[in-house]
Amino acid sequence: MKLLTHNMLTSHVKGVIKGYPLLIKATEVKVSEVEFNPQFVSRMIPKLEWTALVQAADGLGQLNDLPNELVPDYEKNDEFLRKVHHVLLEVEVLEGCLQCPESGRVFPISRGVPNMLLNEDES
Amino acid sequence: MESCLNGNVKLVKRSKEDKKLLRKQLKASHTLLKHEGINTTSLPTKSLVVANGGLGNGMSRETLQDVLKESGCVETLLMPPNKPYAFLTYASAEEAQRCQASLNGRQLQCQGQTLTLYLSFVEKVGSESGVCTELPPGLTVLEDFISTEEEAGLLEAIDWAPQRAVVTVQKALKHRRVKHYGYEFRYDNNNVDKDRPLPGGLPPFCDTVLERCLRENHIDVTPDQLTINQYEPGQGIPPHVDTHSAFEDTILSLSLGAKTVMDFRHPDGRSVAVVLPERSLLVMKGESRYLWTHGITPRKFDVVPAGHTVSPGLVTSDPGDLTLSKRGTRTSFTFRRVRRTACDCAYPSACDSQRPPVAPSAPALPQDDGDASRLEAQYVHRVYEEISSHFSSTRHSPWPRVSDFLRSLPPGAVLADVGCGNGKYLGINPHLWAMGCDRSHNLLQICADRGLQAFVSDALDVPLRSGVCDACISIAVIHHFSTQERRLAAVNELVRLLKPGGRALIYVWALEQEYKKQRSKYLKENNPEQEEEEGRGPGAEQITQNDPDCGEVHAGKYDPSAQQAQPKLSVHTNRTEFNSQDLLVPWHLKGVAQKACETSAESKPPAPGPVFHRYYHVFREGELENLCRRVENITIQTSYHDQGNWCVIVGKAL
Repeated sequence: MKLLTHNMLTSHVKGVIKGYPLLIKATEVKVSEVEFNPQFVSRMIPKLEWTALVQAADGLGQLNDLPNELVPDYEKNDEFLRKVHHVLLEVEVLEGCLQCPESGRVFPISRGVPNMLLNEDES
Repeated sequence: MESCLNGNVKLVKRSKEDKKLLRKQLKASHTLLKHEGINTTSLPTKSLVVANGGLGNGMSRETLQDVLKESGCVETLLMPPNKPYAFLTYASAEEAQRCQASLNGRQLQCQGQTLTLYLSFVEKVGSESGVCTELPPGLTVLEDFISTEEEAGLLEAIDWAPQRAVVTVQKALKHRRVKHYGYEFRYDNNNVDKDRPLPGGLPPFCDTVLERCLRENHIDVTPDQLTINQYEPGQGIPPHVDTHSAFEDTILSLSLGAKTVMDFRHPDGRSVAVVLPERSLLVMKGESRYLWTHGITPRKFDVVPAGHTVSPGLVTSDPGDLTLSKRGTRTSFTFRRVRRTACDCAYPSACDSQRPPVAPSAPALPQDDGDASRLEAQYVHRVYEEISSHFSSTRHSPWPRVSDFLRSLPPGAVLADVGCGNGKYLGINPHLWAMGCDRSHNLLQICADRGLQAFVSDALDVPLRSGVCDACISIAVIHHFSTQERRLAAVNELVRLLKPGGRALIYVWALEQEYKKQRSKYLKENNPEQEEEEGRGPGAEQITQNDPDCGEVHAGKYDPSAQQAQPKLSVHTNRTEFNSQDLLVPWHLKGVAQKACETSAESKPPAPGPVFHRYYHVFREGELENLCRRVENITIQTSYHDQGNWCVIVGKAL
């Protein structure tokens, strides 16, 4: 699970009003180089919940000076886009879990795949 | 006659009435023996049959020998296992005669009951029997596998106290005490909940034994399930084969505290009794694990070899060397490895994985949401998990019109493939951010190994933020939902994910496999790459929906008997027209069993692959559009028939 995917995931446990953002508890994180595509990163930024991204990156020790606030005119800011690129696409959680901030329900991540299935009584 | 009784002070003089009664009883015993194929003779011979003096009566070899000695020197004493008689031969006919006169009608106390012995002469003493003289193939008994100290340590380590049931699962079964570690073995479906391991795993006190098993190559992977059984004398376990789909090949069983006799039985009727001494390790592999049943007869005494055994563990067929052994409290540690994929053994007749997963009576259409979800769990989710590898191998070619849709999306669009399977559409357009979800862990692992973004979820509850997707695809998914409401909910969930202006492409299987005079590929050919390929294989025709042996393991929680009023789902014949909208479609699993054949001792003809059944609701013309019209906020942009599927593209209002 890359952090771009994490930014879009949410918990739908029955009764939960805000299951977002999911708290990451990683036991194995992989960082690998991915080809930088500034246009792609620029296109992703408006779709992000910025605070959730910063929080997730920070929790994994991958913040790398990523600012708390989204910078203006980021399309032209190559240095900034590279930082976002790293956090979104190069950091991957392989083992650990995601936790619903409201219900505390834990979703395991195994071999990079989060298991978000709910039991019958939770959905 | 009186002169024959010299030296036998115990014999009381019989009255005339007693003698008459004895004659009558002797006659009755002759009749019984005749049924067993034993012919008695009135002329004295060297050999006698002792009715009621058998191991089956609870007579021990030692007790019988003691009384026989009184009359002379016994040359042979044959005690066939479980029979109510014994044979013996004296050195001379005189001794035999003396014995007959002295013991006939004698009452002996054996294991708390009174046995009256009846003796008759026989011409010869035979010992033919249908009992095997070899251990079942793949079975080994390793004597003294652990030391007495280790035995004591293990017995002490078991905590039968009920308060610890949180960590392990403990049950008091009718016949014995049981405790599970690693995974609970469920006696209702004879399987384990593979997704629900018990906390704590296997207890550390087993480490030494398991390490030894690995070191000595009795196993090549560490077991992850342990069942501890405790049998008091008189308790047993019915004959069974450990469920193939639940556990891998090798099964280990360590005997502690006391010996017992385990009975192994081949389907052809052969049977072998195997002595499991205390501190021995039983290793069951291959044929002995997959084909032979094993069980422990509930009794207080076992028939065991009196002297030296021919091969370790085996109760020989030699009735000249059998006696009774009193049972003590025996504790067994059974170590098994939970199986993650379908069993592909070479013994399909005994294999639940290689049997159609049709319940004792085929399921009916569900009547409520609970029924529907159980039906889908059994006939959709479970099946895909089992067939994942073969399924994925048939799913490498994307359908052209789905690819067209994906390529039409703008760069940077976010795509969710709900029901993505092995992820074949996730990489079609590299300018997208594509994420897939599916119910099948196994299929998603294939995605993850390909570096694709995937998560396990249900299509009715996709764990993504609302409005985050520019596009969604749902390819061959919604036809697996078994009620109209659930199919509608699946479309609603797709639409929830879409941002305003976003689009979703939906494919479902069509009832009409012939459209505009064109027969679909599904009908025309047996192309392994085309959509919904099943291939006509042997097996589909053999399915009988009421076969009581079918699906005993696959039956799971779904109870089809709960809705008798509904018509049963029919089983579709692959590559024919559909004759109903709701049906079970067979999947002929391939690529298994060959491996097992190679390792099997005997070469067997390749068995037909296992057959699985998936539930489908095939859509009529117009039905998909009608479903979409019930969803608010969307318009149908286009709809078409594509190779036996009904397809729509819907757009969410801006």
